[in-house]
Amino acid sequence: MITLTVNGKRRQVDAPPDMPLLWVIREKLNLTGTKFGCGVAVCGACNVLVDGSPVRSCVTTAGAVAGKKITTIEGLSAKNDHPVQKAWIELDVPQCGYCQSGQILSAAALLAQKAAPTDADIDNAMAGNICRCGTYQRIRAGIHRAAQIKKEGA
Amino acid sequence: MATLRTTQARISRRALIKGGLAVGTGLVVGFRLPVTGRGTALAQTTGVFAPNQWIKIDRDGLVTIVNSVVEMGQGSLTTMPAIVADELDTDLAKVRVDQAPANPKLYANPVTNTQSYGGSRGVRDHITMLRKAGAAAREMLMQAGANEWGVPLDDVTTEPDAVVHKSTGRRLPYSALVDKAAKLPVPQNPKLKTPDQFRYIGKAMPRRDTPLKVNGAAIYGMDVQVPGMLIASIERCPVFGGKVKSFDATAAKRIRGVKHVVQVSNGVAVVGDSFWTVTRGRKALKVEWDEGPVAVVSSASISQGYEAASGQTGQVARNDGDADKSLAAGGKTVEGIYQVPFLEHACMEPMNATALVKPDSCEIWAPTQNPGGTQITGARISGVPVEKVVVNTTFLGGGFGRRGEQDFIVDALETSKAVGAPVKVIWTREDDLQHSFYRPATYNIFKAALDDKGQPVAWWNRVVGPGILIQKGRAQAGTIDGTAMEGARNMPYDIPNVRVEWVHKDYGIPLGFWRSVGTSQNAFIVESFVDEMAHAAGKDPFEFRRSLLGKAPRHKAVLELAASKANWGSPLPAGRARGIAVCFSYASYAAHVAEVSVAPDGKVRVHKLVGVIDPGLAVNPDQVKAQMEGGAIYALTAVYYGQITIDRGRVKQTNFTDYPMLRIDEAPVMDVHILNSGEAAGGLGEPGVPTVAPAVCNAIFAATGKRIRQLPIQTDLLKRA
Repeated sequence: MITLTVNGKRRQVDAPPDMPLLWVIREKLNLTGTKFGCGVAVCGACNVLVDGSPVRSCVTTAGAVAGKKITTIEGLSAKNDHPVQKAWIELDVPQCGYCQSGQILSAAALLAQKAAPTDADIDNAMAGNICRCGTYQRIRAGIHRAAQIKKEGA
Repeated sequence: MATLRTTQARISRRALIKGGLAVGTGLVVGFRLPVTGRGTALAQTTGVFAPNQWIKIDRDGLVTIVNSVVEMGQGSLTTMPAIVADELDTDLAKVRVDQAPANPKLYANPVTNTQSYGGSRGVRDHITMLRKAGAAAREMLMQAGANEWGVPLDDVTTEPDAVVHKSTGRRLPYSALVDKAAKLPVPQNPKLKTPDQFRYIGKAMPRRDTPLKVNGAAIYGMDVQVPGMLIASIERCPVFGGKVKSFDATAAKRIRGVKHVVQVSNGVAVVGDSFWTVTRGRKALKVEWDEGPVAVVSSASISQGYEAASGQTGQVARNDGDADKSLAAGGKTVEGIYQVPFLEHACMEPMNATALVKPDSCEIWAPTQNPGGTQITGARISGVPVEKVVVNTTFLGGGFGRRGEQDFIVDALETSKAVGAPVKVIWTREDDLQHSFYRPATYNIFKAALDDKGQPVAWWNRVVGPGILIQKGRAQAGTIDGTAMEGARNMPYDIPNVRVEWVHKDYGIPLGFWRSVGTSQNAFIVESFVDEMAHAAGKDPFEFRRSLLGKAPRHKAVLELAASKANWGSPLPAGRARGIAVCFSYASYAAHVAEVSVAPDGKVRVHKLVGVIDPGLAVNPDQVKAQMEGGAIYALTAVYYGQITIDRGRVKQTNFTDYPMLRIDEAPVMDVHILNSGEAAGGLGEPGVPTVAPAVCNAIFAATGKRIRQLPIQTDLLKRA
């Protein structure tokens, strides 16, 4: 048994500590918004936030994050109204959408660090997330828009 | 009424998301399935106006529209219902959308007669039928209203969701006319709107699925859950076409959670309680393979074979005038040899499918581009009559042609049948890259002759490579495979002597339809070689093309608009140069101008891409732009990195580490323009791809004087000493 804190809730999970966090989240907790893309930490589809920082859950064992605060895409906001989510909806960023949970969590972590990220900041923070549909231009615009939404709401 | 309608619309939306995943009733993305006989749709016939399979309006005014075109990112869930809603004259924001089940009698594409979605056929093949469906329903509602008031049909019109008597302004909501309209005959040739009357077509429409795709709620095949479901992963022969000789599952079965190890036609399936468990099971498995004849094939042997075959005369795909005679006549000639590699689609969602096969039933949940084919595969493997096979299409995490294939469906059906339980088969990324159906590698020779004024007089092109349709048994061996020649035989330039040949050479590497198919490579070779001709003639590449497009006005129009929007000919910062290309594909016309620089180490940077598309009619302009943006990135990935190489019948690439994808820090600024020519609607998902590679490589030539004749770009060749 492992105890994980996911989206603000403490969860007891019957899983070996070396099981990858991705599959614990998807198969044991039924939170399927976190996606499997490559399994080797190069595509970012499996991103979750651990204590606020993006982490590749496909290569992170469940045991390594016991006791830490884990946020999945389902826990980013209660009403789909995080500034990044609002901006994504406004600009229709996703196409197939499969990578977007990971993209959005990377973007949210960036905005938490930098209120008004530059294009170079965006390149740095987002280059770990592959989008095969090629929504990069809208992701960039979406992050700038989210920064604006956040500022207006503050 | 409005409140109720909103509530129901909300329920329907919720049914689309996780909370509504009522597995076992056949609901995955929130549709009622009349074919299951278990839903309530049939029982609801009373009180519902359903003039055709696309539209239902109930007494509460809830309008339900069925979408048949699978949602793989292209926006079909939004665009297709909007076409119906426009003619029906209903408030699009309140419409509920159901995803069609596999039932070709009701939902087949009227042009292809299948429920298989590829070839950029969504809007262009369905628009007329869907407009008629909406218009017929509207006309019946108008007739019902006219009857109520005892006035002629011509005296009534509609506003969204209501019939209105023009002269008195009296109104009857559609909801009040449901029962009466249902009794009227369905008009066969309803009056369609004129474009100036469109309420949604051609205007901004927010994507229906975006809210679900920003909070993890959208359900992809990977996310399907069925009670009692097991997870499986399949160990496949590393060599194409190889078979299992024997296997030893002793060690695999010792892993806690592994429940079954069974042989299936694509390999050995390890079945258990978790993907993590079964992938460890695969590692513990010992399999002996019969590698078969492809084990001797490598990329080098394929290239050598192509080169040798390029000396043979091919089948003649086009023969205008006498190109051989014209080339032999002397004067200036240009020659070039172009090569492109095998490519894999790399959908972000690895292949997967879920199936439940029982003695008398068969149900499949899959991210498939081919629900109709999936139903047939289900019948073949389960023995259940085809019309009883239930196919639930989920959201697709990318398609690009890969998900029209049946291999991953077969995996799930056979494994479920073998273990007697619902099974989800999940592929690893390595499986996905190494066991796919690849864009063909080809070898291409060009020759051209120019007269003393630099005007081209002969064009000679021989393409060597395999044929997708022939390999799949969908075209006769010995004929010309249309996919191999698209973009080559119909090159648009007005040249008096043109000869295009195809030499069929197939080494057994599985072939598939890769976004824009033959045009993905033929636009690169044709538009690069035209550029070579322009430079040999000492002419501006844009003006040279333009002068040869007198008989191709739509090509010319997109080319001119791209040049104009890119300020073709205006000065650029030092080190930067522009390249241009134009192409027809999938009933649309597209052009790109690329702005490029090359670093001293040979690294190419595309700073900006100006794209123009003439899709005839842009139903959903923002999504037309999205497809152009996405198509460009897809194409650029192939230009920079895309290459599947074969070693002893095996794919060498393993993951995104050695089959890289373009990332945000490499993405150019993209400026997309739509040219609404008012012609018939063309394709949208693919036409944005073909012109990007030649525009970029032509810009590289303009910047460096070096011609890229082989993809992906080898930066070593561009290095400045």
